[in-house]
Amino acid sequence: MYGLKTDWIDESIPRYYTFEDYEGATARWCSGCGDHGVLTAVQRLCRDEQLPPEKTVFVSGIGCASRFPHYVKAYGFHGLHGRALPVACGVRARRPDLHVFVATGDGDCCSIGTAHWIHAIRYNMKMVVMLLDNNVYGLTKNQTSPTSKKGSSSNTHPGGSLLDPINPIQASLGIANASFIAQTVDWNPAHLFATLAAAHRHPGFAFVRILQRCPHFKSGLFESMMNDPSQVLLMTHPDGIEVDAAVKKQFENQREHDPSDLAEARALADSQDGTPIGLFYRNDSADRYDAFTVEGIATSRDTKLRALETQLDRYQI
Amino acid sequence: MFRSSSARTAADSAANAPIPDSGEVPALSVPEQIVEIVSDSGEGAQTAGQIFGTVCAKMGNGLWTVEIIPAEIEPPARSRAGASGIRIRFGTKPVASMGDQADLVVAFNEQVLYSRIDQGALRPGTLLLIDDKWSASDDPKTREAYQKALEDFHIAGYIVREIPIHAETHELTDNPQRGKNMWVVGLLCALYSRDLDLAKREVQLLFQRKRKGEDVIALNHKLLDAGHAWAVEHIDARFEVPSETHSEPMVVMNGNAAIALGAMAAGIEVCSMYPITPATSASHYLAADFHHAGGIVHQAEDEIAAVGFAIGASFAGKTALTITSGPGMALKSEFLGLSVMAEVPLVVVDVQRGGPATGLPTKVEQGDLLSSVFGQPGDAPKVVMAPSSHEECFHFMVTARKLAESFRTPVFVLSDANLATAQACLPRPNVSEEWLSPPIDQSPWKEGAPAYGWDPETGISRRPIPGQPGGAFVLTGLAHDEYSHIAYESSINQRAMNMRSRKFAALQTALKPPEIYGEEEGDLLVVGWGSTRGAIEEAVDRIRRDGHRVGSVCLRFLSPLEPGLDEIFRRYRRVMTVEINYSDDVADLGRAGERRYSQLAWLLRATTLVDVDCWSRVPGQPLPPQMIEEALRSRLEGAESCTD
Repeated sequence: MYGLKTDWIDESIPRYYTFEDYEGATARWCSGCGDHGVLTAVQRLCRDEQLPPEKTVFVSGIGCASRFPHYVKAYGFHGLHGRALPVACGVRARRPDLHVFVATGDGDCCSIGTAHWIHAIRYNMKMVVMLLDNNVYGLTKNQTSPTSKKGSSSNTHPGGSLLDPINPIQASLGIANASFIAQTVDWNPAHLFATLAAAHRHPGFAFVRILQRCPHFKSGLFESMMNDPSQVLLMTHPDGIEVDAAVKKQFENQREHDPSDLAEARALADSQDGTPIGLFYRNDSADRYDAFTVEGIATSRDTKLRALETQLDRYQI
Repeated sequence: MFRSSSARTAADSAANAPIPDSGEVPALSVPEQIVEIVSDSGEGAQTAGQIFGTVCAKMGNGLWTVEIIPAEIEPPARSRAGASGIRIRFGTKPVASMGDQADLVVAFNEQVLYSRIDQGALRPGTLLLIDDKWSASDDPKTREAYQKALEDFHIAGYIVREIPIHAETHELTDNPQRGKNMWVVGLLCALYSRDLDLAKREVQLLFQRKRKGEDVIALNHKLLDAGHAWAVEHIDARFEVPSETHSEPMVVMNGNAAIALGAMAAGIEVCSMYPITPATSASHYLAADFHHAGGIVHQAEDEIAAVGFAIGASFAGKTALTITSGPGMALKSEFLGLSVMAEVPLVVVDVQRGGPATGLPTKVEQGDLLSSVFGQPGDAPKVVMAPSSHEECFHFMVTARKLAESFRTPVFVLSDANLATAQACLPRPNVSEEWLSPPIDQSPWKEGAPAYGWDPETGISRRPIPGQPGGAFVLTGLAHDEYSHIAYESSINQRAMNMRSRKFAALQTALKPPEIYGEEEGDLLVVGWGSTRGAIEEAVDRIRRDGHRVGSVCLRFLSPLEPGLDEIFRRYRRVMTVEINYSDDVADLGRAGERRYSQLAWLLRATTLVDVDCWSRVPGQPLPPQMIEEALRSRLEGAESCTD
């Protein structure tokens, strides 16, 4: 689309948004960082779905991944460490016309923001939540994260971390009213894109954990998995993440998993033979809190005035 | 040591009158009365007091009620710490504080009265009507405690009358514990010549709201009749508090209800909260009725999420509110800083209670002033307002919303537990349609215009909201320039801080100097803020009657401060604040320079460079006018003898 100006278009013709329309500031992530691939996948999704930039909101907390909104040309909210989800729920509450995306990291979501993560899953308000999980605190320079493997060394645990990590998938599957829990990897663009597209189409809170490389502090963390795709377990199902045959062929280790089967999803989340990617669980009919929060958004001023006068009547002497 | 008043004399003489005999008893006219109903928790004393107070207000009296709340939900029965109840102060003139000692107290047991004595709520001559049930208790210890208490009360000079509250109520219901309160309302209506039909209507409305059946209403009406009839037959004292006809329609409500209705009138759509005493009831009112006006109450998972949700809704162009108390303010602090930094309009109600930490959860304090003004890291200027009456609780919500949007800022409204739970009369607000207008300038956003196009004079800028083409920007809590781009250059932060600060200088130029109550110049100026206004003005009135030249001001804006304060202060020989928060008394200290002042005094000393003195107390209850009066008198004496 280089050189093509779009401002000749009359407003009566629906505007076609190009990939460039979603390009914000130049990404300042390290080279080789997995976040770049996620950004590209999201911009492609916006373009393919033709999401009007002014109707699209990216909310984040603090951390490397939370710089995400600055790099997309749309409305963005780069807020506080751990607090992306309450803000995103507030944005969503009275604005069903907006497309809400949340970018969060393993420290942001699974440590300082844990309470909000759990409750946001339960609220099940429509949005796409991307947990960019690199198993480390990068922005603050290499501290242990709640998803760091036991024994991994960092500036806060030079002798190796002491405890087993949180399993974000298992934790999410344990929360009442969970409605879409998926996992993918930053280094497989096709699977990443397909997962995000399915998340976007999901009528509710879509939680996607993305295993994300940090070449700076966790160099080689996912290398063996990248070099040997048999270490990955591809979950397949007609109701799951759809990928085409060429992508499927990359994974010799596959398993059909019905995403309505919660017990099996939990068993797979703890799987010792390969890292599962695909859709663990989906429930399109889970209660949506945003069905409540949108109530009354079209209330007229006259109705409001009448309601108020009725209230004052109650207290009148 | 107690001031004499006609009310007091009347109550004393009536109480001393012989009891039986029936027939028409002439009513003694008194200008005001303070009545308390005290009980164990869960015996409905507060409901009874609210009904009686509303009846008084409906008949044209000024009204102020104070809830007496134990710290626990179900404290042990007949315990001093478990005293639960209500004070009803009503008078011919408008009433704006809880007043001093009670004229009459109805007690469901004798033990709870000890806590009222401890609180200084009684005086020699106070008439105590105590349930005689305990004199016939099966438990000898209870009988003994009862007799001992009656002796103590007699020695202390209270006038004690035993009345058969439990026994009479038991005639009508198997569960007298749940009916005593209505019987007492009937009794009070007889004593104070109140219209029993008005009480019946209130009872009906109350139980209809609670979705109770006709049988419940009928039983409670019978209890009202019975209490009334018993009093007519057995008590030959009658009082009349003459009323003045209100010149405009009036409403009766507590401060939290006024805040809730004010929020609705302000066009707020989202109230995001987490339960915390004493703020929660404001959200209860909204939860019950907000949806009729198109609003929602979001009970968040914690205080932090509550404010985050509100900020998210506001960012998306909706008017949002969060309601909390001190500990919640502490938790929300980081988000409040973000709201300042990123200029997100937000209304924050802080119904103050005793602090720090968990403090006194159900009791009043004005302890959040400095943490509100200065409580965020870095420079975080915002608007801080404090209503001093129920009327202001309502209208300040409308003002707060307008200021929040006009200045792109959080606005803190500091109420307190006293306003929150006190019922009072206020003129029915004339709701304006204009208050409900949508928050956002709906005209198209000019492509490329900055998200913070700060006006160099005022720092004010227009904000884009999601949905507006061309306005897309990334809000950030990082230091940023007018395009919301992260400040990588050193000059940007200085300028942006300057622009955010300038807004409050601009707001201050739009404010008037505060009005002075009492003398415009003279010996002493008393400066207060918030719910203490009524009591301070009563104290000032009493002192002025003795010829002292005393005035008072009540500050509604604490940030920015109302203009002209230093000029006003210089017209008085002494200036002092009166507040419900902690300060050192000078006498306790070796050197005056080590003194820790009360919160408004700190603020005024710093901003005016006037040697502002203070007197403050943290008794966990509103300051009675008499306590303030004594404090002011001692300052005036100190000024005269120059020993202070």
